Amino acid sequence: MLTEKYITGFCSINNGIVAKDGVNIFAHENDLSGFLLSAYQHLQLTYPKFYKMDNLSKLGWLAAEFLLKDTFNKHEYQPEETGVILANANSSLDDDVKYWESIKDVASPSLFVYTLPNIVIGEICIRNNFKGEQALYIQPEFDAQFIAQQVNYLLDKNVMQSCICGWVDVFEQEYKAILFLVEKKKTDTSVVFSAENMDKIFNNNKLR
Amino acid sequence: MSINALNEPEVFVVADNILSPLGKTTAENFAKLKENISGVREHSDPAISPLPFFASLFNKDEQFVKADEHNYTKFEQLLIASIADALNGSGVDVRDKKTVLVISSTKGNISLLENETISNELKHRISLSTSAKLIAEHFGFQNQPIVVSNACISGVLGVVTATRLLRSNQYENAVVAGADVISKFIMSGFESFKALSAGPCKPFDKEHDGLNLGEGAGTIILSTNHKYAQNIKVKGGSVSNDANHISGPSRTGQELADAIKNALTEANFTAGDIDFISAHGTATVYNDEMEANAIAISGLQKVPLNSLKGFYGHTLGAAGLIESIISIQSLKQALVIPTIGFTEAANPDKVNVFTAPIRLKANNFLKTASGFGGCNAAVIFGK
Repeated sequence: MLTEKYITGFCSINNGIVAKDGVNIFAHENDLSGFLLSAYQHLQLTYPKFYKMDNLSKLGWLAAEFLLKDTFNKHEYQPEETGVILANANSSLDDDVKYWESIKDVASPSLFVYTLPNIVIGEICIRNNFKGEQALYIQPEFDAQFIAQQVNYLLDKNVMQSCICGWVDVFEQEYKAILFLVEKKKTDTSVVFSAENMDKIFNNNKLR
Repeated sequence: MSINALNEPEVFVVADNILSPLGKTTAENFAKLKENISGVREHSDPAISPLPFFASLFNKDEQFVKADEHNYTKFEQLLIASIADALNGSGVDVRDKKTVLVISSTKGNISLLENETISNELKHRISLSTSAKLIAEHFGFQNQPIVVSNACISGVLGVVTATRLLRSNQYENAVVAGADVISKFIMSGFESFKALSAGPCKPFDKEHDGLNLGEGAGTIILSTNHKYAQNIKVKGGSVSNDANHISGPSRTGQELADAIKNALTEANFTAGDIDFISAHGTATVYNDEMEANAIAISGLQKVPLNSLKGFYGHTLGAAGLIESIISIQSLKQALVIPTIGFTEAANPDKVNVFTAPIRLKANNFLKTASGFGGCNAAVIFGK
């Protein structure tokens, strides 16, 4: 028999609003860089690496911070038991354009490293010491069915015990992040992990 | 065999193709490797780099597809030509709803950014989803293609993703194709990292001092259909993250070793079942040392190991596919290709790198890859 899996938390960052489990927890009107910085400051953390990240990594990293805070108990899992499986539409194009602009002067390795869409996964893994499965897929729109299939497979086979999955997309001032925490345990607020439930949450956030 | 695995179909390799500067088919490529011929040579092309560089590149005027297909970019042409050759005579119907296309690439059409300022049209044209859609339509695939872009493990991750789709009965057939094209964008980035060797690369050698870049495409067609039951199989695969540094590998190699362990577990193998290893072996000191550590942690230090980067350079999103396909040929022909550029081991206690072809009746091999973002991947193919 396959284990039941639950969405034990979700976080969205969209339209200047950070929401956790559907409840707005932070809002700020600014351009994207200003908004991301103020969301970071809201967390009252000291994490100097944040300032070096490109906007895609900042967005995904922040979504993971808000998602995991007060929800995820990392002591329940070994580092290699948590995976991060993400998708987006614009790959790393936001940083690609900035890197290409930079090389007219001198090519910057600190911009070049972010010209890969999976770096956001690396940043989330470094922060949380997640060493499990990971993947970055490019999709024209969030394909909940596909993500659910890959995540279910790995949880069912006990390759992972928990997973952060979802969507982190940035290009210029357009952005959207929705991350789901998936675990094999039911909580007071959890909903069953399914493509349908991910889609519902994803689209609700789109309307806001 | 684990309980889960009982219900899972086996995944067979139906057909494959390598399109590289060394040849347009797997057979042409393998023949060149047997003769010790490398695609890496010195190039002077100011459009790519102000200084001469060593890389494995297609000739500038080389044609990959028919004249009426030239509205496709070079990246897409490589994929189309590679997929077409792999499909030819394979018996796999791309128009069947049970067949899915998986595209792997690190940077895809990024060179388009070099000649135009960004606009909505360019943003659309450059997107990997656009390329995947064009290629799917070209062949008539019915399902939305899946696109993997996960740095230098993209090719292996494409195979692993497809295998998982097939094992969970989402599809019966998967066409997994990967490609990358080298342009100034990519070259300048690796230059800025001081990751490039001044000469032909020397994987796992005492004097390894950086990588060469390479262009190419590779396609592997997978199926769970039992008419291919005599073919080579994908036995297991896994991915991990170092959680250490975005542009430097793990200090210990433990995380790549974890991916290898999971791939072995899925295959129901122990280290002793691996007959040879096709390593990532970029020839950067950092990569080779990390990989050597991981191989040793896995108990695989005596197993013959090669890196094919000396023949192809680092073909980025195609590397995992091209190198797996060569290794599949090694299983079929009982001949394992040596590491060109290697003479004396940097880590002789941790990896068994060899300098001449080995006659070896191998049953199974391990393919590894690692990349920026701390990602590692391992896949095992076998008879």
